[in-house]
Amino acid sequence: MAPVEPEVRPGRTAELGLLVLALALGIGAYAIVGITVTDELPENFALHAGGLAALSLGAHVLLRFKAPYADPVILPIATALNGIGLSMIYRLDLSRLERGGTEVLATRQAQWTALGIVAACVVVWLLRDHRILRRYTYTAMIVGLGLVLMPLLPFIGVTINGARIWVNVAGMSLQPAEFAKIAFAVFFAGYLVTNRDTLALAGKKVLGLQLPRVRDLGPLIIVWIASLGILVFERDLGTSLLFFGLFVAMLYIATERISWVVIGLAMFAGGAALAASTFGHVQARIDVWLAPLEPEIYGRDPGGSGQLVGGLFGLANGGLVGTGWGEGYPRLVPYAFSDFIYTSLGEELGLTGLLAILLMYLLLVERGLRTALAVRDGFGKLVAGGLAFVMAWQVFVVIGGITRIIPLTGLTMPFVAQGGSSLLANWLIVGLLLRISDNARRPSSLPVRGQVAPGGARAAAPTPVVAGTATGAVPDDAPTTVGGSPTPGYGESLPLRAADPPPPPPSPSHDAATEVVRVDDVDRDPHGSDENDGRREP
Amino acid sequence: MNVPLRRVASIVLVMFVALMVSTSYIQFVQADQLNNDPRNVRTIYREYGNFRGPIVVAGDAIASSTPVDDPYGYQREYSDGMLYGHVSGFFSIVNGMSEIEQTENDFLNGQADALWLDRFGAMITGKQPQGYSVELTVDPDAQRAAYEALGDQRGAVVAIEPATGKILALVSTPSYDPNSLATHDTGAAREAYQELLNADGNPLSNRAIRGNTYPPGSTFKIVTAAAAIESGDLTPESVIPAPQQYQLPQSSSVMNNFGGIRCSPEGEQSLADALRISCNTAFAELGVELGDEVLRDQAEEFGFDEGLQIPMPVTASHFPTEGTEESSPPRTALAAIGQGDVRVTPLQVAMISSAIANGGVQMAPYTVQTVRSPDLDVVQEASPRRLRTSVSPSTASALRDMMVGVVDNGTGTAAQISGVKVAGKTGTAEHRSDAAPHAWFTGFAPADDPQVAVAVIVENGGDAGNEATGGAVAAPIAKAVMEAVLNG
Repeated sequence: MAPVEPEVRPGRTAELGLLVLALALGIGAYAIVGITVTDELPENFALHAGGLAALSLGAHVLLRFKAPYADPVILPIATALNGIGLSMIYRLDLSRLERGGTEVLATRQAQWTALGIVAACVVVWLLRDHRILRRYTYTAMIVGLGLVLMPLLPFIGVTINGARIWVNVAGMSLQPAEFAKIAFAVFFAGYLVTNRDTLALAGKKVLGLQLPRVRDLGPLIIVWIASLGILVFERDLGTSLLFFGLFVAMLYIATERISWVVIGLAMFAGGAALAASTFGHVQARIDVWLAPLEPEIYGRDPGGSGQLVGGLFGLANGGLVGTGWGEGYPRLVPYAFSDFIYTSLGEELGLTGLLAILLMYLLLVERGLRTALAVRDGFGKLVAGGLAFVMAWQVFVVIGGITRIIPLTGLTMPFVAQGGSSLLANWLIVGLLLRISDNARRPSSLPVRGQVAPGGARAAAPTPVVAGTATGAVPDDAPTTVGGSPTPGYGESLPLRAADPPPPPPSPSHDAATEVVRVDDVDRDPHGSDENDGRREP
Repeated sequence: MNVPLRRVASIVLVMFVALMVSTSYIQFVQADQLNNDPRNVRTIYREYGNFRGPIVVAGDAIASSTPVDDPYGYQREYSDGMLYGHVSGFFSIVNGMSEIEQTENDFLNGQADALWLDRFGAMITGKQPQGYSVELTVDPDAQRAAYEALGDQRGAVVAIEPATGKILALVSTPSYDPNSLATHDTGAAREAYQELLNADGNPLSNRAIRGNTYPPGSTFKIVTAAAAIESGDLTPESVIPAPQQYQLPQSSSVMNNFGGIRCSPEGEQSLADALRISCNTAFAELGVELGDEVLRDQAEEFGFDEGLQIPMPVTASHFPTEGTEESSPPRTALAAIGQGDVRVTPLQVAMISSAIANGGVQMAPYTVQTVRSPDLDVVQEASPRRLRTSVSPSTASALRDMMVGVVDNGTGTAAQISGVKVAGKTGTAEHRSDAAPHAWFTGFAPADDPQVAVAVIVENGGDAGNEATGGAVAAPIAKAVMEAVLNG
């Protein structure tokens, strides 16, 4: 039987090309802003532009050495979004300076950008295999809870605009919840990969829903309480919603049970309804969501719709093609550089610009999900899927709030909005996704399935990757499992979206077409055979 | 886990499609509504962000935008605000716009639909969009003469070139300085507006074309005379009854002549003489004889009861409505001498004179002559437009001769200009028992080759108060304006 080794192109050259485009976009925007508003290039333009270029190109070079198979689209998109965000923050700085203000946010944001890219590089460099993280499942839970509770501590916790989600450390304001989402993603992944079958299967079936057993719910209830606690004690609807989305999505990915989605949504709806009836500010948000243009709600203070309506006016002013960088009035909206940067961009770049930005996010998220599909271990699937989804969810909650799909909550737009914690956290996610995607796309050094005679594989095959991680407790990772049937190679493109050319047909002894289409099942097979089979097709 | 991952990917796709739809809805479907929301200050910022074209009178900008170092970018300045305030109007952040600034806004800011090709070009070349300049028909000499002659009296002056309808002067006093409203200091602008609203004499009211309409008084006798001659039964020489008192039909009221005088010892006189000395009883009786309908038809042929855009909106002047109490015979008697329910704008009165001066053809009055692009290319040029035929040429010439008589040796001698034959008609309009009458004059010159038709009103007799007559107070102002045009 011929080895099935489809050619995998690492894509580093493509990445370089995309990165140059992304830099041109970000740096070009920065230059245009300066020229439009002040008639000259921004101060220290060469330094800033060169710095961004050097950092992102440095990251690219690092990937060539340390993760040559990492997804080639993730880094350029993150760079482009970050550059666009920086340009808008700088543009708003200029209009503030013009009007006698002194606050400069772009410099800080640029420093955080540098830190973020470096942090992503460090993750890629030092974290040789994402499965190492699984060892820290419960550590991650504790870290996550600690981060979430930090703002409630005396002395370091700070209340800004009614939400107690900030901590002051060494003169810097941080939003620990941004980092908590990574910790929780790791915790959920580790926890669920171990317990997913108990959660999915043990329990009664009520009205067609498979209910889990109460005793399996323990850690999840803790996290649920924590996120409701955020809502109640830190008055932050957005972060609470964010954790819930992450939590429900990962449960669903792990257990494939709609019941979890229903239970999760019911729990959140219950908590939110309770909060709405208890806290005035939640009810006010709902009024603003439903009827922002009503004069009564517009003029209400506090809790009026002035900011939201101002944002809508900005979007309307932008129209289809926008006013152009530096030509609009985004400064009229409070927090135009952070919570409402979407409307700032919409005003100056227009609908075309926003659709492009949304497509970039979509591409970034789908690349993350694709990584989750392609990676071979359950833990990696959950981490990548969870992190990708949480980014999509965050974008949805922010922009959906601004465009009135859902009530407005205070979250930041990943990579674009001003805010160091958010930026750093999202670059850390990029680092993790790059690391996992390298594993997912790397051609296996193992014998390809079907190459080795059944039965002889496990002992015979060297497993350098797993061995490298030195984790004995990962039976379900099972990248080495040798199934009975020939399958496409590990680096196989999974037909998630038509981003890549279709995989070359595996050299067949079986019906090739069937095999390709059924990658899913094939992929799940080893998993099932390893743990608890029988729940699949008979 | 790949099946749920794929489903999650689909859900993500759905979420992003929802965001794209909601964003498109706001930026495309809802945009117009949001852009026009009065709470949206961006609209005015956008106006200010562009270089706005100047308003030009005889080659000089009376309103222009100069770059300033503030967020708006350009400050609107009015070089002689008091003189031209009611023509240019104002352009203010907090108070909006008025007059030419408002009606020609699309040209001044370069956003008119007709200019789309230019805008498209500017978008391609990346040029800053620029406003277009608007040149007015106003004659600065006539405008200044009118403004100075009115002085601190309340009133209005309108001067028209009869052959074209060009408005040569449009003054309303008291005036105001639009600079005070155009300031970027929003507090000061708001305060200035409040002050003007509360100010004595209501300076923001444009008396020449809107504001309160006035009773035309004896100037309306031109219309009654026109109706009489157009009817074919009368000529200027026809003798009509001119009693000392006239008993209003179906009423116990009695009408006297001005000062209680007798119009003629015989109790009758020619139509021309009745107009020359402005005999109330003669015209009241004539009006009743002609009847309400004939008078109304004639009034409408001069433009009554029809709004106008010059391009500023003009309030329609009013003749008593058919079939109402207003058109009963005693009210018709009053209407025939310009009292009772007749209401006019000074522009309407000027248009009556203008039509007679132009052989009976009334031209549409207008103020905007030329619109030019920033490169000085003409993009729009006004062409004179016939509005209607008010009277036949023969009637027009008969009326002209009668009006010449008024100025030569009648009530309007104060309007005489040496070496020039002037036609005119005075008016002294009672409007309230406790206030002095309004003084009117309307006319044109030179009578045989009319260059200018004019209407003047001085409210409550102006400085002369109760002693005022149209001949004494308004005629000299008209003379000054006509001289300014003829000497210009």
